[in-house]
Amino acid sequence: MKKDIRFYWKLFLSTFTLSAFTFGGGYVIVPLMQKKFVNKLKWIDKDEMLDLVAIGQSAPGPLAINTSILVGYRMAGIPGAFLTILGTVLPPLITITIISYFYIAFRDNKYINALLIGMKAGVAAVIADVVVGMASKIIKTKRLISIIVMVAAFIAATFLNVNIVVILLICGALGAYMTFRSGRQKREGNE
Amino acid sequence: MVSAGITTLLELFWSFFQVGILSFGGGYASLPLIQQQALEIHNWLTPSEFVDILTISQMTPGPIAINTATFVGTKVAGIPGSIAATAGCVAPSCIIVLILATLYYKYKGLDMVQGFIRGLRPAVVALIASAGLSILLTTIFGKDSFAVNLSDINWIALVLTAACLFVLRKFKMNPIHIMIIAGVVGLIIYGVIL
Repeated sequence: MKKDIRFYWKLFLSTFTLSAFTFGGGYVIVPLMQKKFVNKLKWIDKDEMLDLVAIGQSAPGPLAINTSILVGYRMAGIPGAFLTILGTVLPPLITITIISYFYIAFRDNKYINALLIGMKAGVAAVIADVVVGMASKIIKTKRLISIIVMVAAFIAATFLNVNIVVILLICGALGAYMTFRSGRQKREGNE
Repeated sequence: MVSAGITTLLELFWSFFQVGILSFGGGYASLPLIQQQALEIHNWLTPSEFVDILTISQMTPGPIAINTATFVGTKVAGIPGSIAATAGCVAPSCIIVLILATLYYKYKGLDMVQGFIRGLRPAVVALIASAGLSILLTTIFGKDSFAVNLSDINWIALVLTAACLFVLRKFKMNPIHIMIIAGVVGLIIYGVIL
């Protein structure tokens, strides 16, 4: 593939438009990227795209950002990664910057306020729905340790005001330790 | 809008760097971290502004973390602030994703990393639940604490939230549509009737 200025422009523009039309964020962008880069542009094959999404999911940070970094890196190395980050970040950066000026000016408007109060109730419900969905998924695994960790972390964060960073690190270390132990048991079982 | 000192910009960058590096597990995982950085450590947002920006985030394109970073940055230090906060939010992703990509193609698999993430999953759910609870309290009681009186209940918000949750669980409706409907109901009740 010829990597001229038109290629870089296309790479940037693809991620820019994908990001601009991804409402609600997160997982929405993944199928869109698949359609664009695998089916339409045929730059990346299907299996490799799935690998990239998996890597994106195992890193911290928004999935949309992670996956576009990977696509950019895969296509054109570090410069490609920077180009796709820029493409992904610019639409929300521009939109929210404009809205936040607008928001400060119009916050006291009676009708905007009324609209926001109603929408806040909607957001609270959306988040409650996400929590119920995620928690029941954890409970359905029937792994006692996961359920205990979930309840303990909730109590620690809500009532004991334990620092979130501490909670995350302890739980992550616990998970890594469990994997290490079960891996060793498996190996010993094989011997 | 406050004029930006270099210290403020660095603070914004560093705060959202921490949000970025610790938010494993998708958009909502960043909520408790943003809440900690912007409401508890720094007084950049009030609880009600935090809920406002979440509301706006849902209507606009892009990840919640980036949207909130931009909003907080603009509020604290104008456009330079929004750039500093967004850059901070994205920087850890860049570094870690690129390292992981290199390792992945070299070793594939990475058991320990997967174990670490598996361990985080229930904790992340708990943290989102905890942040969600304070969002719920802010919406229904107007303040984020358990020391609430029954007389502080905003019954309209309570009923509206419950109705939205019911429709979401029952009919799996698109969250954006739910929010638009809830907004219109709010507009009619608070803007026209009351």
